[in-house]
Amino acid sequence: MNIYLPIAEISVNVFLLLGMGGAVGFLSGVFGVGGGFLMTPLLIFIGVSPAVAVATEANQIVASSVSGVLAHWRRGNVDFRMGTVLLAGGTIGSLFGVWLYGFLRGLGQLDLVISLCYVVFLGIVGGLMFLEASRALFRRRRQIDIRRKLHQHYWLHGLPLKMRFRKSKLYISALLPISIGFLVGVLAAIMGVSGGFIMVPAMIYLLGMPTAVVVGTSLFQIIFVTSSVTFLQSAHNQTVDVILALILLTGGVIGAQIGTRAGTRLRGEQLRILLAGLVLAVCGKLLFDLVATPDDLFSIGAEGGQ
Amino acid sequence: MRLRAVLLSVAIMALAAPGFSQTPLIADLSEHQIQITTGFVGTDVLLFGTVGADSNVVVVVRGPEEQTAVWRKARFAGIWVNDQKVTFERVPSFYAVRSSAPLEEIAAETTRMRHGMGAEFLRLRPAAEEAAEVSDTEVATFRRALIRNKEREGLFATAGDQITFLGGQLFRTRLHFPANVPTGFYDVEVFMLQEGRVVHAQTTPLIVRKAGLGADVFFFAHNYSAVYGVIAVVLAVAAGVIAAFVFRKG
Repeated sequence: MNIYLPIAEISVNVFLLLGMGGAVGFLSGVFGVGGGFLMTPLLIFIGVSPAVAVATEANQIVASSVSGVLAHWRRGNVDFRMGTVLLAGGTIGSLFGVWLYGFLRGLGQLDLVISLCYVVFLGIVGGLMFLEASRALFRRRRQIDIRRKLHQHYWLHGLPLKMRFRKSKLYISALLPISIGFLVGVLAAIMGVSGGFIMVPAMIYLLGMPTAVVVGTSLFQIIFVTSSVTFLQSAHNQTVDVILALILLTGGVIGAQIGTRAGTRLRGEQLRILLAGLVLAVCGKLLFDLVATPDDLFSIGAEGGQ
Repeated sequence: MRLRAVLLSVAIMALAAPGFSQTPLIADLSEHQIQITTGFVGTDVLLFGTVGADSNVVVVVRGPEEQTAVWRKARFAGIWVNDQKVTFERVPSFYAVRSSAPLEEIAAETTRMRHGMGAEFLRLRPAAEEAAEVSDTEVATFRRALIRNKEREGLFATAGDQITFLGGQLFRTRLHFPANVPTGFYDVEVFMLQEGRVVHAQTTPLIVRKAGLGADVFFFAHNYSAVYGVIAVVLAVAAGVIAAFVFRKG
């Protein structure tokens, strides 16, 4: 059964979209990742233009992070003060990102920048995840205990504008979370990702936040950043396909529920290695497309067709 | 009042009817409107008609014109990057040619050139501000690339189903419009040819438009962009809340 997507302007099988939503939702349930970094390339692979894929995926992430944050909120795992500061940076970042997106589209280099960002970030994240998971697997076998200091102090802690974050038990400069938020906002606008895969490690390792509140807080600010990206992309570029987003999130919600349940029964390290492999495979495919000589060196795009 | 109008139109039709039978070329489409609904996967429109004896038929379909940029990639540090651009003005967004026999055999070159029969005779010119910067051979390369890309997208159809005759004067052909067909006003030109020249021509309009829910969504997204953005966010938040609520108990 095919459906014509009004903004993407292509006809796609509904069950394929539901399946994609379900599969990515399942993975996000198992691993606790947003899944945008997998969904956006998948949409591009099935023929959705990168512009529409990125903007629509931001819209879908709004829904998945709302349902996620409600679960964390009930357990009291959201640092609203930290979330708000991150959000301040995120809003500026998404404004800048949407502007940059329109600018690159005008230059004809948007697709290239999206692909490059994906290759770089998926490569880094996939590689680190793979190393970390295989090391954990190794450590479990050897039973070696590695002690870490509770807090490490370096130049980042000397920055001005210090703020106290009670829930996170931190007293740090507000500039840090603002710049992390900014980076994530730009990525959300350009790559159509929640940026969770950047933000979560940054919050743990750069800010030194307790792991328990990291996911909830990051989801909390992702809601607002992706909402603002959705709004700005709609208003500026008319690239948000609501129909596509609704189909994807229907599959995604169901997949995530199954995934969450399955995740508790599966062993962590092997799964993480699998996810790392998947991330690296997507990265490899994108890199191959950039490097391999295209069948046709020429491509076309309507100009000023509004 | 209405009765008079009806009587009048009947009278006009009665007067016109004998005239019709003497016109050697009559053609029509099975539909004059293509509606892109939610389930749209592309469609075929039948074109049929009659011509005088010993004639050939050529059909040219053109979609609304638009400016189209053609990019050429070049390799930088191992990566293929869009490098050079030539913008063509007034490119038909859709273009199809059908003929009752190979075009070179039934139409003189001047005829094909004048009526744009065949993609090579389309008047594709680079935008004025770019024309000075690119050489003629470059333009020709980009032109061919434009046509090739359009053909790959199924929007330029220069081959395919040809026009078939049923008993000498009755003809028919099937025009295919793919799922990615651009919306707008189309011209379907039907030419009757004798000895390589056009002796009669008829233009039939065809409208391609979005219909149903998809059309409403598209219209709303483009005309009330900000409101659309707000609704997109509200829908997503609602979906998220519903999902969290439904699965909490499960």
